[in-house]
Amino acid sequence: MRLDGKGQIDRTTPISFTFDGKRIDGFKGDTIASALLANGVRLVARSFKYHRPRGIMTAGSEEPNALVTVGTGTETDPNVRATTARIYDGMVVRSQNAFPSLRFDAMAMNDLAAPFFGAGFYYKTFMWPKKAWEKIYEPFIRRAAGLGGLSGRPSERRQEKAFAFCDILVIGGGPSGLMAALTAAQSGADVILADENPELGGRLGHDRVTINETGGRDWAAAMDAKLRAMPNVRIMAQTAVTGAYDGGVFGALEQVSDSTGEGVQTCFWRITAKASILCAGAIERPIAFANNDRPGIMMASAVRGYLHKYGVAVGDKVAVFGDNDSAHQTALDLVDAGVNVVALIDSRPDVKIDATFPVYSAAEVFDTKGRHGLTKVGIRQGTDETWIDADCLAISGGWNPSVHLTCHMNGRPTWDAGIQAFVPTPNSIPNMCVAGAASGVFSTMAALETGSDCALDQCRALGFDVGTIDLPSAENTKYTIDPLWDVMGDGRKWLDFQNDVTTKDVRQAAQENMTSVEHMKRYTTQGMAPDQGKNSNVNALAILADATGREIAQTGTTTFRPPYTPVPIGVMGAGGQGKTFAPERFTTSHIASLSRRAPMIETGLWYRPSYFPQDGETTWREAADREVNMVRNHVGIADVSTLGKIDVQGKDAAEFLDFIYINSFSTLRENRVRYGVMLREDGHVMDDGTTARIGPNHFVMTTTTAAAGPVLRHMEFVHQALKPQLDVSMISVTENWAQFAIAGPKSRDLLNLVLDHPIDNDSFPFMACGTVSAFGVTGRLFRISFSGEHAYEIAVPSRYGDALYRMLLAQAESLGGGAYGMEAMNALRVEKGFLTHSDMDGRTTAFDLGLQGMMSKKKDFIGKTMAARAGLMDPMRPRLVGLKPVAKGHRLTAGAHLFDVDADCIRENSLGWVSSWCHSPTFDHELALAFLKNGPERIGEKIKLNDHMRGISTLCEVCSPQFFDPEGARTRG
Amino acid sequence: MANASAKLNAQSPCFGLVPIEHGTVRVVEVEPTHISAIAPFKGKTTAVNKALSASFGVRLPAVGRRVEKDAVACLWFDHSHAMLIGAKVDDSLSSLAAVTDQTDGWAVLNIAGDHVLDVLARLVPMDLRPSVFGTGSTARTMLQHIPISLSRLNADTFQIMAMRSMARSVVHELDLAMENVAARG
Amino acid sequence: MRIECPHCGERDLREFYYQGDATLAKRPAADAGEDAWDHYVHLRKNPAGVTSELWCHERGCGAWIVVERNTTTHAITSTKLVGDF
Repeated sequence: MRLDGKGQIDRTTPISFTFDGKRIDGFKGDTIASALLANGVRLVARSFKYHRPRGIMTAGSEEPNALVTVGTGTETDPNVRATTARIYDGMVVRSQNAFPSLRFDAMAMNDLAAPFFGAGFYYKTFMWPKKAWEKIYEPFIRRAAGLGGLSGRPSERRQEKAFAFCDILVIGGGPSGLMAALTAAQSGADVILADENPELGGRLGHDRVTINETGGRDWAAAMDAKLRAMPNVRIMAQTAVTGAYDGGVFGALEQVSDSTGEGVQTCFWRITAKASILCAGAIERPIAFANNDRPGIMMASAVRGYLHKYGVAVGDKVAVFGDNDSAHQTALDLVDAGVNVVALIDSRPDVKIDATFPVYSAAEVFDTKGRHGLTKVGIRQGTDETWIDADCLAISGGWNPSVHLTCHMNGRPTWDAGIQAFVPTPNSIPNMCVAGAASGVFSTMAALETGSDCALDQCRALGFDVGTIDLPSAENTKYTIDPLWDVMGDGRKWLDFQNDVTTKDVRQAAQENMTSVEHMKRYTTQGMAPDQGKNSNVNALAILADATGREIAQTGTTTFRPPYTPVPIGVMGAGGQGKTFAPERFTTSHIASLSRRAPMIETGLWYRPSYFPQDGETTWREAADREVNMVRNHVGIADVSTLGKIDVQGKDAAEFLDFIYINSFSTLRENRVRYGVMLREDGHVMDDGTTARIGPNHFVMTTTTAAAGPVLRHMEFVHQALKPQLDVSMISVTENWAQFAIAGPKSRDLLNLVLDHPIDNDSFPFMACGTVSAFGVTGRLFRISFSGEHAYEIAVPSRYGDALYRMLLAQAESLGGGAYGMEAMNALRVEKGFLTHSDMDGRTTAFDLGLQGMMSKKKDFIGKTMAARAGLMDPMRPRLVGLKPVAKGHRLTAGAHLFDVDADCIRENSLGWVSSWCHSPTFDHELALAFLKNGPERIGEKIKLNDHMRGISTLCEVCSPQFFDPEGARTRG
Repeated sequence: MANASAKLNAQSPCFGLVPIEHGTVRVVEVEPTHISAIAPFKGKTTAVNKALSASFGVRLPAVGRRVEKDAVACLWFDHSHAMLIGAKVDDSLSSLAAVTDQTDGWAVLNIAGDHVLDVLARLVPMDLRPSVFGTGSTARTMLQHIPISLSRLNADTFQIMAMRSMARSVVHELDLAMENVAARG
Repeated sequence: MRIECPHCGERDLREFYYQGDATLAKRPAADAGEDAWDHYVHLRKNPAGVTSELWCHERGCGAWIVVERNTTTHAITSTKLVGDF
């Protein structure tokens, strides 16, 4: 029921939404929960396990019961806490975990079967027969389990990730947080104040509090305005700090807008702070008594909150039950607002309160009635038991400081017997201090004081000049509690409402020797729901302590982990969806390749053309075969800009390269290119490529496309860590040059159509390099070949890449040639036995590749010592060979394993594997490169290829990997 | 021999991608005439400074700094390199330092506007508060997954250098972040 | 996690590449013998406590850095350029 003249929300702006299809009217500023309560809706959910009817229990993010589904279609959010989600016009809210309806839920039969479903039920029941787990038990349990569901379709909403930095992060904007932020800001620190609620003030908005003779709410509003006016303060409202991480980094979830509209909905912040002040407040805890989970049973502070903030009376006949003074405030505030309070039940004797309502001291609530909502409360005083009518029971079992964030880096809180709660252990998070209720002080004055003190301490530690701070005045009453954990009596008494854990479950765990708190937790699932047992863990520990005859301090506590409140995976993945998942790298010829209809394939981040289909070609093979023949007979053009290019300069550049590569580069003449292989220090091949000497102390090295980054990093390591005395520097020039391979017998003819000064074999022999000019643009020419043909690579500054590529293609076409793609490039290199990372897969040595002769004996180099180990030079290692099918049409496949002809094709008999494959138009059959035990000694023998995956078995002949032109005559002349 | 009348047309790294604008923030491409990486040889830093001062009135900047004189900027680039932007270095410098032409390697973008810090906060994992990263600051860092060089030219203008091949991804990331910032109003 | 780069100052973890134990920065002589090389390439301590690791500020200045880190608290006690290690 809404009360006139109460609350702080905008009563002039009505908003309506639907709950399970029924229209609900509320106002701007209402949460789903406050609007439902204002309309007398008490039953809002079914519990997780027993499908018990449940209502709204709290007024904050700790809510265990009132989880609902919001939205429709792709923008469906399950498990939204009704106590924090603000309503908007047209909002569609549905209850969860109930079928066919919230009122008549078929699964409520679980509740009747509850005696069977206690702690350890799953562990004990679904063990046998073993086979039944996969087929029967698991599918059934999965169907029955869980709360809300996702739409199963991609979300289209906008979500963001962002970074923020500050000197001091204040977590929580209640009285202590506001005071801490102001104190720190006045000392000159850059402050971020984050609070999960839309308005600052924390409990000042939920309670009747006076600060400096004004209402707490007005004081908070004035502080808000004052802080916002300061340039060094950033207020992040609706931003829940969800985790504390290494190095002063905090995760925080900002609710930017509701599900409507085009705007950003949520933003996940990474806030880096030099110091932090935790002002997260405290959470009121319930009391365990029989049937303490009925709709209408709420936390006493929540009842006050709904009254003061939303102007909602949560019942007509309200009973209040507590073991501490804060319960009294609820009764007094309700009476003050004209709400009928039917009883105040306090478990402590000698309760002193000036009351107009019945007060039961030394009494307790032992049971309740009302299937879909509370109707009666059973009160026991001594041996007398009476039942009274009530539609709301406000309970307070005391307060638990919100220590959660202090536990995120493995800290354990400390038991404080004075307040019967866990308080943060100092220094649990580096450079964090805790103020206000989160530190275990519960008066408003103490909150202001500790907030200010913490800020002064943190500012001093950071070297700021701190002045004196005028503290406002506020109530400073002492908090007293005589804890009541478990009211004697029959019936189930709930601890963890979200996971349906009862006192009986905890006691049973103890009985079955799960006496460690960690064992109890896992056995009962206490505290393992999304709310992480915010309002139940301490109660459960108290029960466990009682059941095991220990003190709570000895029993210990489980730990809290991030996130403090649930964080949607979608917002964590923001910036990683679609095209933002990884950058794309495009060559300068990309557009031209696309215009020739080339399908692009990914090579690392690069996109390269696979083949260039021509009219009439229906398969990639037709195109690739044509392109191979074109290169072998005429001339082909391919963009090779993606290969890594590293510029190496300095008077010790040659010596440095000698140390990086297994072969020698100090002996390379200027204007010449040499093939090189580099090893890892463990003796295995890291990469290969050609290096050109373009000046006495100037080299340009190429790497494979995939290894460009790792090779440069490796070279930097070798220089910085192992050879700092060498005068050499290196930098990537991959991006600066557009480089094209011109391959085929007519390559020089083509070049001479584009170069400003013609070349011939004398001026540009095989493995020569030099500066050239094409259409007036200065570039570099390398006579190198990855196809086995007479070939070149020409490099021009990237801005001319597109133009040169188009020009080269036009000229090639005039010579009967054209563009070739990756498929043809692969076939050309397999025919020649040239290597890629398919073959240098990190397990192969230079010896395996038949390159041991390249390993210089005259110098040390990376990997030299370890490569010489006997095991890496064992002839029985799988070593590189070529394979061809004995019968022409038979298939070879990459990844297939090799076996002796008569051997069974089982793992133990594998003699090696196929690393590369192609269909060779030159030979008109398939070819493969493979690693075969003792391979080079078996050339000419037959071997069986078996591909278990594709069901292929082919008899092959072992041959030299250089299938085509083994003497290399075609590359010369 | 090449047809003397034929010519290769140059294309800028962000050709067809920019300018873009959302709300208060605008991104434009900058096309420096020259970009050269300079890594002084051992013991030659003083000589390099002397040569640069004589030619351009700039010196090798300190770590994380960018210096500018007339149209020439010199920015710290990595643990061994500085980048000279806007003028061609004299060939003679090659006897004092490893000089590498980088003119065509980088997409250079200026991003400016009132909310430029909000946009960058969504992309760059760095503290860009003016007290930490003021005018004349430069850093190598990341824009989402893309390695970049980031410099602050003035209070609300930053310069981003990214590998040329990633120009399209850079612009896409900026576009998205700018749109989201603008949508917040 | 944040790492202090000796050149660039404190930076986000994502700018760094992790290599492994800092032993790799102390390469033995080519003729140091099998034991020395086995130790260098293969043998690593796995301390619950302070350890020295090699990180590269790859997405930053490119410097190789020795990071002294406590494996039980993740606290970084020092960072230095590998050349100063």
